[in-house]
Amino acid sequence: MSNLAVLPIIIPLISAIILIFFHRKVKLSRVLTKLFSLISLGTAGYITWYVLENGTIILNTGDWIAPYGIILVMDGLAAILVLTTNVIATACAFYAPYAGLEKREIYYFYPFFFFLITGVSGAFITGDLFNLFVFFEVLLMASYGLIVLGGGKVQLRESLKYLLINLFSSMLFVTAVAFLYAVVGTVNMAQIAERVQEVEQQGIITTIGILLFFVFATKAALFPLYYWLPKSYIVPNPVISALFGALLTKVGIYSILRTFSLIFIHKTDLTHDMFIWIAGLSMIFGVIGALSTSNIKLIIAYNIIPAIGFIILGIGVLNPDGISGSIYYLIHDMIIKTALFLLVGVIASVAGTSDLRKMGGLIHYYPSLGWLLFLSGAVLAGLPPFSGFIGKLLLLKGAFEEGEIAIVIIGLLTSLLILYSIVKIFINGFWGDKEAMTHIEKKPINGLLTPIVSLLALSVLLGVGAELFYPHIESIATYLLDPEIYIDSVLKE
Amino acid sequence: MEIITSILAGVLFATAIYNLLQKQLIRIIIGTALISHGAHILILTMGRLKAGQPPILIEGISNYTDPLPQALILTSIVISFGVTSLLLVLAYRASQENNTDNMEELRGNENE
Repeated sequence: MSNLAVLPIIIPLISAIILIFFHRKVKLSRVLTKLFSLISLGTAGYITWYVLENGTIILNTGDWIAPYGIILVMDGLAAILVLTTNVIATACAFYAPYAGLEKREIYYFYPFFFFLITGVSGAFITGDLFNLFVFFEVLLMASYGLIVLGGGKVQLRESLKYLLINLFSSMLFVTAVAFLYAVVGTVNMAQIAERVQEVEQQGIITTIGILLFFVFATKAALFPLYYWLPKSYIVPNPVISALFGALLTKVGIYSILRTFSLIFIHKTDLTHDMFIWIAGLSMIFGVIGALSTSNIKLIIAYNIIPAIGFIILGIGVLNPDGISGSIYYLIHDMIIKTALFLLVGVIASVAGTSDLRKMGGLIHYYPSLGWLLFLSGAVLAGLPPFSGFIGKLLLLKGAFEEGEIAIVIIGLLTSLLILYSIVKIFINGFWGDKEAMTHIEKKPINGLLTPIVSLLALSVLLGVGAELFYPHIESIATYLLDPEIYIDSVLKE
Repeated sequence: MEIITSILAGVLFATAIYNLLQKQLIRIIIGTALISHGAHILILTMGRLKAGQPPILIEGISNYTDPLPQALILTSIVISFGVTSLLLVLAYRASQENNTDNMEELRGNENE
């Protein structure tokens, strides 16, 4: 049964390899992609059910016992994140045939897509720091391929910057692993966590922790290190932007959550207080960016940054409410960001522009599109019955318990401004005279809307049915706050 | 010995960062190559440079060097090879399409 843990890595990997051979047969590729992503989704669903029922699955690859081989740890957190990843992948697989990818589908779009899923799932499951680096590179390599696919002038320019910043932070990751190996003599996360407690000079561990935080913060686009994100996320096709916005930054924030709840927990008054400051600044600067532009794609891309800020706020306060809020918000945000990127892609394609100043009156032509945008804006900002509300409520409650009043106020104001930035798209793009957009032809968009509607339905379900999901998330939060359970489950079997 | 190689890694990092901050694209790529060398030397150093036999099992020998950092470096080397070759091709295409290899000129607001 422990082989279940490797399936979320193996299935997309095999799918990618199979699809390489059929790259010229676009119709076959589309069918196979849908089929494989559904298989992967089904497996992930079964694994999540299994893990929540029976506890963590530990897989020692190649029968080498824990600290000596690479281990895969499928605990509750990894399982639900893998499930969310597969939900998003399936939605994107069903959106891609209509997304206007044109020739890109022949030039290996689908293999890249599955390699990206392989990397993301692997990064969620692995229990080894260097293996995490390798899976980071797998997903980054796939993302380099995807971001430059098509080869437009602007795309080449922005992907160059994206590649350079990621290469730099990857090399810093290697450096941080080297330092950590010198201090504790292992790269297995459970054993690092065990040995870190015994290290006499705690100062060096804190330094390495902050270096690792710098690496993950670059990938996750936190406050001082977010400058590369907005422009590079809007240049590729909407379906690729959606995958990036939903998955890549979230892998970074997941790595912070994992390392700073498992390994670097000895000096929380320094590291975790810094997180709270960074959370506040990320929220402010991200939302300022979202308000500063009239490009609808850029508005959504900037909205990633305050969301990451909210998640790191929960890691910073490090109490049960904060952590469960972080996990809830992480899942909510992965789903809603995909829906929003896909939706904005549809809007930009029907309006023929992504500039808000040139739009108006779209609601007369596409009423369903307008109301979907309105609904997703409400979900994103966290209006009560929807999923964003539960996550934010838990996060702010957690921050309130720690006496961080300022951050609570910043969080609430940020939510207001996030809502404003989405409603701005609605007001300027959808309201107004019917005549403003007379030049547009009515395109069929039903194929594009099905995945978006499914994602939004799921998002609403996460909010309305919170009582179903919350107990699991609460138990994962208690599990994360006690690193002994993780260490024992990996090393003492 | 560790001190000397640490200084060497430091020098490599310093020159790499200087090159990364240049305007010309090819200099930036040289910077990325230098930074990966620095990181790889650092892994080797951090695994301790004690004298010992190469890690190949031969009977009667017990003092081997640490094999783990060598495996980590080998992995990291091929990854940075892959990324660097992609970066070189990308830089070639980007400079051809945009008619410049100056990073200062590679910006603009066409997509806003």
